[in-house]
Amino acid sequence: MPASFLFGQFLGGLTTAMFLFLIASGLSLVFGVMRVLNFAHGSFYMIGAYLAWQAVQWLTPLLSGFWPAVLAAALGVALLGFIVERLLLRHLYGREELYQLLFTYALVLILGDAAKAAWGTQQLSVSRPAILAGGFDIFGTTLPAYNLFIMLLGPTIAVAAWLALTRSTAGRMVRAAALDREMLGALGANVGAIYTGMFVVSSFLAGLAGALVTPIQSIVPGMDVSIIVDAFIVVVIGGLGSFWGTFWGSVIYGQVLSFGILIFPGFSLFSVFALMAVILIVRPWGLFGRPLR
Amino acid sequence: MMPRGEALLRRIPWTLVVFLAALVVPWLGSRYDTLIATLIAIDALFAVSLNLLLGTTGLVSFGHVAYFGIGAYICGILMKTYGVAFTLALPAAALGTAAFALVFGFFCVRLIRIYFAMLTLAFSQIVWAICYKWNDVTGGDQGLPNVPYPDFDWLSAVPWFGDLRVDDQFYLLTIVIVALSLAAMQRIIGSPFGRMLTTIRENPERAAFIGINVRAYELAAFVVAGGFAGIAGALFGISSRGVFSDFVYWPKSAEVMIMTILGGMEHFWGPVVGAATLVLLNDKITSYTEYWPLVLGIILLVLLFAFPGGIVGGIVAGVSRLRRRAGRRARA
Repeated sequence: MPASFLFGQFLGGLTTAMFLFLIASGLSLVFGVMRVLNFAHGSFYMIGAYLAWQAVQWLTPLLSGFWPAVLAAALGVALLGFIVERLLLRHLYGREELYQLLFTYALVLILGDAAKAAWGTQQLSVSRPAILAGGFDIFGTTLPAYNLFIMLLGPTIAVAAWLALTRSTAGRMVRAAALDREMLGALGANVGAIYTGMFVVSSFLAGLAGALVTPIQSIVPGMDVSIIVDAFIVVVIGGLGSFWGTFWGSVIYGQVLSFGILIFPGFSLFSVFALMAVILIVRPWGLFGRPLR
Repeated sequence: MMPRGEALLRRIPWTLVVFLAALVVPWLGSRYDTLIATLIAIDALFAVSLNLLLGTTGLVSFGHVAYFGIGAYICGILMKTYGVAFTLALPAAALGTAAFALVFGFFCVRLIRIYFAMLTLAFSQIVWAICYKWNDVTGGDQGLPNVPYPDFDWLSAVPWFGDLRVDDQFYLLTIVIVALSLAAMQRIIGSPFGRMLTTIRENPERAAFIGINVRAYELAAFVVAGGFAGIAGALFGISSRGVFSDFVYWPKSAEVMIMTILGGMEHFWGPVVGAATLVLLNDKITSYTEYWPLVLGIILLVLLFAFPGGIVGGIVAGVSRLRRRAGRRARA
């Protein structure tokens, strides 16, 4: 196997990984702080993709619209997240996790059908923004500029989020809410607002990922249900609620998927699941997580 | 003192009435009614098996579909690929599924609450990935079509039963198997073992303090629930004439959970009511609109926010409220 081919596989895996990181990071943040496993996170991602497509259609005559469309889609999903959290989810925090799980699943059902009603079932796609249309030749493989952008965006967001979590007052409050909600509330912090904020940020990230994926993947019904499983695997590999765990989990997922195809053709999906199984058995709290109580 | 009407209502053996009513469906109803009744019976068994974990033991398994699917595949592969008789394939499916549940459950019961739910989900997705990709054994994404019906030739000599269609005959077999399984589960829940499970649900720490091996009990419940889910899956594979990887896909775990909650998980018959309601609703609503998931999502929201006790829980609460009011009036 030529080295350039292997390098190409590596880059492909890295692009997948950074997309997954954008999605899984939101899932992991909400789980880490609120202990809610949000199945609807994949639906937010799908709505982000559809909104981006819609915004491109509307904006095209006015301004060449990819970047504004991405921003609009992410903000639209953030607004959706805000409404969902304020109106419904917040009433379930005191209830058993069973009800929270089923609530987010109800959202999956409703949003999936809403998207079908609004945009139909045909495949939609968005063309790459002109500024990133080209590609680079690196070590004998061509890397599309758009993929390079995604590869750089992933770590940028990771570092930004990490700085926000560790260096800012709001970030400290978020981490405190993750550790002990009641104590933080007793100290006078507005825990409800922190939860709303986390959910909105998480929805924003899901919408952003959905909007950014449109140039390289077509938008289809069912992308919500399949992506949430991938994001779930990433989060489990990295460690539930662990921020850097999610990052490295995505990188590992991407590489295992892209090299798994070479080792077991047709079984690449299986190689990822097998990795997850081994991690769950050996370290149920994930590679970077802390042991559970 | 109970009012006379109520005492009379209580004297009727309702379980037997429902069972007998289910038995006559092939003679009174259409072929389509039989199909719907078969689905209800299978889903009822599946939902009750989940409720052994959810309602009785307090374990939120979000991967129960794995055992349904494994049962379907074991039975389907044995009957189709190896030509094994149903009388052997069904017990093999139940035991095989229970064995898988033992292995997966061993790891799952070491975790608690939401982590337990996630690990069960993860295992069910692993099972799905294997079923979806292992072409040589499971047929991969093509599935395993044309699983044969059990051999009913011996019935042809029996009057009444001999001239029934084969799907009606299979329905009767399903009803009997489901009834026996439900009876077995009711016995298990009522046994000292079942009481221990309820103790664990109510307070695992206290259960551990009085010397109960909580994990071992939870694992046992997991294995039993898995085995019965396997039976439901095996029946479903035959009745739907094939086994496909969708049987194991995660949304189906949510679906059976919705059935359980809809009926009410605090009562043994709740999941049965939930399964029947959901299958009938699905049948009615899909004939008007393609947006069944939307309707289901809204039902689920209403259920979560307004009726967390489900249908049976709601009825029980309503009846006790009526009785209290009647008692007050009698005293006044």
